[in-house]
Amino acid sequence: MLGRQKMPEQDATVRRANFNEVALGFTREQAVEEAKRCLECKKPKCIEGCPVEVRIPDFVKYVSIGDFDSAIKEIKSVNALPAICGRVCPQESQCEALCILGKKGGPVSIGRLERFVSDYERKLEAEIPKKPGPTGKKVAVVGSGPAGLTAAADLARMGHSVTIFEALHAAGGVLTYGIPEFRLPKDIVQAEVEYVKKLGVTLLLDSVIGKIDTVDELLLDFDAVFLGTGAGLPMFLNIDGENLNGVYSANEFLTRVNLMKSYRFPDYDTPIKKGKRVIVVGGGNVAMDSARCALRLGADEVTIVYRRGEEEMPARAEEIEHAKEEGIEFRLLTNPVRLNGDAKNWVTDIECINMYLCEPDESGRCRPMPLAGSEHKIEADVVIIAIGTSPNPLVPKTTSGLEISKHGTIIAKGNGETTKKGVFAGGDAVTGSATVISAMGAGKIAARAIDEYLRTK
Amino acid sequence: MDINAPRIARKAQPGQFVILRIDETGERIPLTIADFDREKGTITMIFQAIGKTTTQLSALEGNELMDFIGPLGNPAHIENEGTVILVGGGVGVAPVFPQARAFKESGNKVISIIGARSANLLLWEDRMREVSDELYITTDDGSKGHHGFVTDIVKKILENGTKVDRVIAIGPPVMMRAVAGVTKPFNVKTIVSLNSIMVDGTGMCGACRVLVGNETKFACVDGPEFDAHLVDFTLLMNRLAIYQPEEKLAFEKYKCEREGCKC
Repeated sequence: MLGRQKMPEQDATVRRANFNEVALGFTREQAVEEAKRCLECKKPKCIEGCPVEVRIPDFVKYVSIGDFDSAIKEIKSVNALPAICGRVCPQESQCEALCILGKKGGPVSIGRLERFVSDYERKLEAEIPKKPGPTGKKVAVVGSGPAGLTAAADLARMGHSVTIFEALHAAGGVLTYGIPEFRLPKDIVQAEVEYVKKLGVTLLLDSVIGKIDTVDELLLDFDAVFLGTGAGLPMFLNIDGENLNGVYSANEFLTRVNLMKSYRFPDYDTPIKKGKRVIVVGGGNVAMDSARCALRLGADEVTIVYRRGEEEMPARAEEIEHAKEEGIEFRLLTNPVRLNGDAKNWVTDIECINMYLCEPDESGRCRPMPLAGSEHKIEADVVIIAIGTSPNPLVPKTTSGLEISKHGTIIAKGNGETTKKGVFAGGDAVTGSATVISAMGAGKIAARAIDEYLRTK
Repeated sequence: MDINAPRIARKAQPGQFVILRIDETGERIPLTIADFDREKGTITMIFQAIGKTTTQLSALEGNELMDFIGPLGNPAHIENEGTVILVGGGVGVAPVFPQARAFKESGNKVISIIGARSANLLLWEDRMREVSDELYITTDDGSKGHHGFVTDIVKKILENGTKVDRVIAIGPPVMMRAVAGVTKPFNVKTIVSLNSIMVDGTGMCGACRVLVGNETKFACVDGPEFDAHLVDFTLLMNRLAIYQPEEKLAFEKYKCEREGCKC
């Protein structure tokens, strides 16, 4: 059996200085060859690994015979955002992890094929599927991130009238403000948003629910509400010096770079501190994104500081690999204890202590413990804290009868139903920081539950 | 500047702010709401043209903004306290006005102190007079009213033994810090509105963090109003200076492009 096709990407020495997409995508020939590797299992395992239930073998089959139009139609009948999924899903732990070929030559590159056919389609005119007649029911979707877009697309396809309320001036949520251009180009996100609009969804930007309207007010106009408000307030380490100038939350750093395009300052007005020696604290995808953005802004040295080992890093293996190739340094088993600054409040260095791992904790990962006497300093002029977020309080604070957990996440059943009648929720607002695809899965499940609720109402 | 924004005007409360963006390449800036008219559907903002965005803004008619978002932040806490002193410095007089009006409507005795560097920079004297039981004016150069600072008047009133139940101060951070310093020994609850740097303004980015009572708070969702006696003003001022070089660069570039130069 032949091995996997290798997807072309920008050379690491070139890409570390630009914001263009790292991966370049399969050629037509590569896509067909890769698709031909599929064994067409009678009981395909891969589908079980897909949170949005894409019928993978069906679309892969179409690719293998060069019928890309049918392939993308097949995917889009269940997933409205394939160009995004093909780029940011952790396929290695989902569909591809279950592929039988994993044991022989490597799994079929399902994600890269999905990416290929969605890119193929974007160059043409996307076909809008037929919808059932209007149901006369109205649904408000709060937030236009992966959960909201997926729920909105599915509900529109079921014939409901859907309006999305987005707080920011651009749609996409984390896809727009969080994930950098070089991993997920913004024109691709906007193309997917346009597709959702073409399904009949109304998109209202600059509309902060909880402020301009409360959820209770929305329920006067709409038959149901879906909350996909995402992760919110950035978490900090709660150590001295975190309010020094030059210390960013990853949310702020990435929002400035991605949403506000500060990497193009002063052509764009929003400034950013570029930093010569940048330290990123954390080990997830957001930490990798922050580090790689800092490098592209022109830092001489970018170091990731993470309190556990590489095995324990929540980031995708591919992201860690890309970061290393680009020259980002990793200081593992290292934990910050304080940040020091100068007289004008600018950060100068970060004091760390080495850690060692002992028995696994409740997260299943080994608990890091400080190694006495290993304190040391690392110089830095920009520090980015990427250790997660807690949910945004605006909606829970202003919605009667909507219960939240002690962590501030919205309490919802498996189908997205919250404690408030007619209100459903999904994505990071419910689970805390997780992945794009799990939020999309939650949006899909909630759309089904909302449909059922509206039909029996 | 009046902005036609009926949906925001319908909900706006004293103490809240808006975020605006002028054009595609523009930054998002927060401005405290100076007044709102629910019937006309307008939001009024007063600002000083000191950098690129505010200078650009001052040249606009009003309704060609790309984005106008709000009302954000928590409304001011307005109740019948008894006697309330409202202090407004510079453009801070404008956001003080709707609070003065609301405190007056709630049955308080309203003592207002408004200050500016010079008489020609003094804002909204007539409006403030209308909603105040007593109005004091101060100018740094003595061109109108008391020659000195707003804090001189606050101190005098407190030293005279007037029972004051609450002080609201909005203006430059140095002024707010000075007011907090004056009222602290008298133990009068003092509220300030913090104008920290923001990006999204909805509790997502954490740029606006301030230290209040030794705890990190986000001005956009926890504020913008805080207990002045607990605010770390030095940190606020340090953080406001983060982008000074970039702000200067952007402003210079803007002036060059607008006026034409050989740089």
